[in-house]
Amino acid sequence: MIQHLTSLPVLLPMLTGIILLMPPCGKNKAIRRIASVTLGFITFFVSLALLFSVQTDGMQVYAIGNWSAPFGIVLVADPLSTLLVCLSALLGAVCVLYATAGDDEKGSFFHPLVHFLIFGVNGAFLTGDAFNLFVFFEVLLISSYALLMHGGDKKNTRAALQYVIMNLVGSAVFLIALGILYGVLGTLNMADMAQKVALLQGDDVYLAKIGGLLLIVVFALKGALLPLHLWLPNTYATAMPIVAALFAIMTKVGVYSMMRVYTFIFGEEAGQLTHMAQNWLWWLAVATIAMGALGVLASQDLRKLVANLVIVSVGTLVALVTVQTVEASSVAIYYLVHSTLVTAALFILADLIGHQRGKVADRITAGTPVSQPMLLGICFLIAAVAVIGMPPLSGFIAKIWLLKATWETEYGVIFWTLYLLASLAVLFAVAKAGSTLFWQHKATTNKHKISEHKLAEKAQQEGVHPAQLAALLILIAGAPLMSVFAGPLSEYAVGAATDLHNFNNNINIILLGGK
Amino acid sequence: MTLLWIPLLSLLGSIISSMTGKLSRNQSTTLSLIMPIIALFMCVNMAPAVFAGEEIRETISWLPLLGINIAFRLDGLALLFVFMILAIGILVIFYARYYLSKNDSMPKLYSYLMLFMTAMLGIVMSNNVIQLWFFWELTSISSFLLISYWWYKSEARKGALMALTITGGGGLALLAGLLILGNIVGSYNLDIILASKEVIQASQWYEVSLILILLGAFTKSAQFPFHFWLPHAMAAPTPVSAYLHSATMVKAGIFLLARFYPVLAGTDLWFFIVSITGLTTLLFGAYVALFKHDLKGLLAYSTISHLGLITLLFGLNTDLATVAAIFHIINHATFKASLFMATGIIDHETGTRDMRKINGMWKFMPYTATLAMVAAASMAGVPLLNGFLSKEMFFAETLHQQLLGSLSWVIPVLATVAAAFSVAYSARFIHDVFFNGDPIDLPKQPHEPPRYMRVPIEILVALCLIVGIFPNFVVDDILVSASHAVLGGYVPEFKVALWHGFNLPLLMSAFAVMGGILIYTQRRYLFLFQASLPTVNAKKSFDNAIYVLIKWSQQKINAIENGSLQRYLMLMFLVVLLAAGWPLFEMNKLVGAKELTPIGLHNALGAALLMIGAISTVIWYRTRMVSLLMISVVGLMVSVAFTRFSAPDLALTQLTVEVVTIVLLMLALFFLPQHSPRESSSMRILRDLGISSALGIVIGSICYAIITRPFESISDFFVANSKTGGGGTNVVNVILVDFRGFDTLGEICVLGIAALGIYKLLGNLPLFMPGSDSEGRPWAKERYPVLLASISQSLLPLALLVSFYIFLRGHNLPGGGFIAGLITAIAFILQYIAHGSNWIAVRLTINYRKIIGSGLAIALFTGIGSWFFDKPFMTTWFDYFDIPFIGEIELASALLFDLGVYITVVGATLMILASLGELTANTPKEEVNI
Repeated sequence: MIQHLTSLPVLLPMLTGIILLMPPCGKNKAIRRIASVTLGFITFFVSLALLFSVQTDGMQVYAIGNWSAPFGIVLVADPLSTLLVCLSALLGAVCVLYATAGDDEKGSFFHPLVHFLIFGVNGAFLTGDAFNLFVFFEVLLISSYALLMHGGDKKNTRAALQYVIMNLVGSAVFLIALGILYGVLGTLNMADMAQKVALLQGDDVYLAKIGGLLLIVVFALKGALLPLHLWLPNTYATAMPIVAALFAIMTKVGVYSMMRVYTFIFGEEAGQLTHMAQNWLWWLAVATIAMGALGVLASQDLRKLVANLVIVSVGTLVALVTVQTVEASSVAIYYLVHSTLVTAALFILADLIGHQRGKVADRITAGTPVSQPMLLGICFLIAAVAVIGMPPLSGFIAKIWLLKATWETEYGVIFWTLYLLASLAVLFAVAKAGSTLFWQHKATTNKHKISEHKLAEKAQQEGVHPAQLAALLILIAGAPLMSVFAGPLSEYAVGAATDLHNFNNNINIILLGGK
Repeated sequence: MTLLWIPLLSLLGSIISSMTGKLSRNQSTTLSLIMPIIALFMCVNMAPAVFAGEEIRETISWLPLLGINIAFRLDGLALLFVFMILAIGILVIFYARYYLSKNDSMPKLYSYLMLFMTAMLGIVMSNNVIQLWFFWELTSISSFLLISYWWYKSEARKGALMALTITGGGGLALLAGLLILGNIVGSYNLDIILASKEVIQASQWYEVSLILILLGAFTKSAQFPFHFWLPHAMAAPTPVSAYLHSATMVKAGIFLLARFYPVLAGTDLWFFIVSITGLTTLLFGAYVALFKHDLKGLLAYSTISHLGLITLLFGLNTDLATVAAIFHIINHATFKASLFMATGIIDHETGTRDMRKINGMWKFMPYTATLAMVAAASMAGVPLLNGFLSKEMFFAETLHQQLLGSLSWVIPVLATVAAAFSVAYSARFIHDVFFNGDPIDLPKQPHEPPRYMRVPIEILVALCLIVGIFPNFVVDDILVSASHAVLGGYVPEFKVALWHGFNLPLLMSAFAVMGGILIYTQRRYLFLFQASLPTVNAKKSFDNAIYVLIKWSQQKINAIENGSLQRYLMLMFLVVLLAAGWPLFEMNKLVGAKELTPIGLHNALGAALLMIGAISTVIWYRTRMVSLLMISVVGLMVSVAFTRFSAPDLALTQLTVEVVTIVLLMLALFFLPQHSPRESSSMRILRDLGISSALGIVIGSICYAIITRPFESISDFFVANSKTGGGGTNVVNVILVDFRGFDTLGEICVLGIAALGIYKLLGNLPLFMPGSDSEGRPWAKERYPVLLASISQSLLPLALLVSFYIFLRGHNLPGGGFIAGLITAIAFILQYIAHGSNWIAVRLTINYRKIIGSGLAIALFTGIGSWFFDKPFMTTWFDYFDIPFIGEIELASALLFDLGVYITVVGATLMILASLGELTANTPKEEVNI
């Protein structure tokens, strides 16, 4: 079994999805919930086991069907991919846990769909084959389409439709890009592609460039990079919050794929194509940060605000990816984990706050007070401090590190200026949102104490369900833990980034079996 | 470890006091006081060593990779601040016990206060600049919480947000500045940075980092023009103001100036920015303070002014000025904290802070009045009090500078003017509040406060007096040691004394006092003049600026994200066009080295049909039915092309997929209007036509470039190994179920999920059911043609047999699970068409969910099966068996996998059909037949 560990984070979610469709999970709600949550966490722990095994034994290549690269499909477990697999598995488990409080019954097939989504995401993280990446993109996209409809109304379906159509176009472009690359390189294994790209001559170089650029376009669409980000705010803000929380990992798949393609296939060793379009990507990333910050300021409800925070994080990540140094990639890895956990937590909080505020929901305006101000307030404070990047939580480490990593680059000054201004906008908007949501009540003065009894009563009725609380706490805990263990985590990130940039080693292990 | 304990104890105190909610007020206060008192003792204990010139250090590794460690140090400057923070903190905690009303949560205030205390201690004791910033931002957060303590008050929320925005913005600038500074030196360690003056000042980044760090300091210390948040922070409870705005928060900026004085000061830039800012703030604050009717407002502006004074002293770039600055830090903290507390008492006892109402308090609270008057006199700089001493030093230093060249004389003159205003507002504070007739309708009947509420003020006022009278006795040690730290090891000869003889500074003091009294007595004219000026309301302007910013961003965002799918798609296509088209310009030659084959009539005809089909789809896109038929032409031509170029598997797949999708789309069309209205303007059509043609040209060119190039790929390996390694002669099928079976596994999942998704979407979708077609004709009476019904029914077994045959032979000849599944599905679809979904629903009671699940399970477990043979997932097995009567037969695990594919395809397709069909089935017949 242990030698198949690499394949388990992919296969287990699929198996879970199947189990949840079959009896006795199909009909019985209680069994389905227990199975879904248990198997979700098992997937997480298996992923963790893989992470530790990669830590001790180094990168692992798993040849599916016993066909070695470049002919068959291989799964590549390196520190980066396993870290992300752990992250998505955790998010998936937390998401189903949260949904057991009732959200899962607002439409059919919630649990299997989440696990199928994780199947796709984990497959995309682990695969070493470009076409297989496409397949897993399809898996995660089709699951995400279905999940977006979950508990949907008219407005939500409309936004979901845009998402679906945009991504269908994206899939078509993906296929065209793969066709072009296969036509030029004659191979689909990423390591093999990377090797062949370096050997290209004459006009073939430009064809490969087209293929590579189109791939980046696809990943930019998935990751929501300007100007392909427009679908995101509405889609995320109208989706059921727990689904939006799960989708926190989805943009990261785009960024991750960009990292792979950009750093590995078209990286240092790619000859003429080394770091193609770096300038373009850099400016687009910076513009994405600006646009995200603008969106954050403009947001009128909490979910929209968080959706725009996702855009800021994508811009930041892509900017880091384009810097193409080990240090920048290390920060990107740390920041990726941090931002995923925090934005997911914020989406969940938006749901809880909105639920307790009744009619005004999560709109940033005066309304009924939440019934559990202490609990939600503290959680919001933690998440806010983390997302703003203030000490003592994970966001501040990411902020310092990324500033440090970008200083030496050509565009350091511009990036710093813009990033810090965006940080200020986020600081203001989040603080204002929090102060309004929690403190600004319809009848402001003197009303604060009359309803204490009533408040307790309300809390009883619509208080946070234990499952929801557990899910929230798991996500929130990420911020302080990532700060306390910043030392080992940053070392891990540097190790992962070093591996990512170690071209020869990757080729060697994936194609030659480490010989 | 002792050093680390100081902030740790205060943090511990914060946690402890947050848990005292159930205890009485006295118990809560006592418990809260323990930790800071222990910390204060430790600090006093360490003082002699520091006075002796020792610097205590402690380092714990935290984030070595970033050069960030937990590093503390205690030198003279830090000791001075630690002492102030702890001592005044303790007094404030004690004071707050009596200040807070029963409705206010005491644990909350205490825990925030001590969190803030921790942050301040962290700032002053940091030996790592990043750690310093860490605590710096922590003060912003905790002060936000403190200012918004009365969160239900609008001004508290707004004040807190304003303070957070301004100081938070400054904090970001500071971070940038510190990082640059660290970058210049190559370390974030403060010891190293402080020892690198030459390197720093020679660096090209010196100016940038100086300005950024100063931005941080000035926003925190409320220097002009960033001062406006401070008065609004007065919405906090008075103990908070006494703490934050006398000894701590605002002093953090001053501390920063002092801390980096050794490396940043000494240049012209430093002088200009720091001294001019300080001078402006000094004058501005002193002037505005006079006009404030709110007691705390007066004190707020007075604080701004005194901070300006200290800043100015640091800006003067002389050693003695620096000593004076440090001395004034101490003095300001003592008299300002006591004044805030006195104000708190007055507010507490009268219910208002409006000086126009509070008059003649001397009669009601003589004891408090005396204390407040002494403190106010110190603020004004009256002899025998500590404020006088540092002010004298200040005057002396303004005289000893030559920084403005021939205009240097302006500085002492302006300093005297500011001092005069300072006397004037102090006079107003004393005279208006304690004398000046009788109080005017106060909300409460004033009297002396509880005995112990005065204790903190008494202590502080006593300090004002002792320092003022015996300066050498009390503050020499700490002043020398702090100056030692700030000046980098060198302390100038100085003597703090009450009497320096008749000299110029004394004359300036005299002028200031006389001028101040004159201003106060003649204030009527000034007030009139001030009233005639346009009023600037900082809060309003801030609110307005924010409002404009938010509205602007909303406008921009709404204009960009207008929700139009057409726009998003256009952008997408433009980006694709750019990405795919740009490299083509760089390319030299499109056509590759391969010899071109002749086109031939059949090929040309097929291509033409394909193009006509595609173009017709676009032309008739508003008539959906026609458009759909045209798409099917395209699909059919593609499958013909596959056949033509010897890809029978693909052709079969394409054909069956085509049939299924067209039928499903027809079903869907039932719910849509037959025609869509004309929506695009001619200009837009032109634009879209341009984009799509360009895309067509680009993609076409790329395809042409690729197919005309010689092609080497891994596919040769597949052809060579198909039979030997995969056990099948149909390479396509072997690729699908073996070489790249993992892809297939993913794709059947996609199909299954798609079916689940469609079921999910349609499950609760109320759709409008048209009663007639678009021209108003009712639907045909005879819904299910008899002929079709009987033929399709008899065809069903045959179709199933064919699909079974296709399935079985797939491994070696065109066919396979996917195609077979589609054929089976088509056979069932035909039944649906012929009999309607109600008819089927009765006869075919299958749970599609389970079918899909089992199909996927079979495929997955076939793959997992190889684990039992110690082979990786999906390793296939095959062998040939000789069976009597039948002959040699091949058994392959791939067949089992293909079975999974088959079942999933059938299940998914039928589920989609059933979900769509159900929409029509459930409606009453009459409605459909109108």
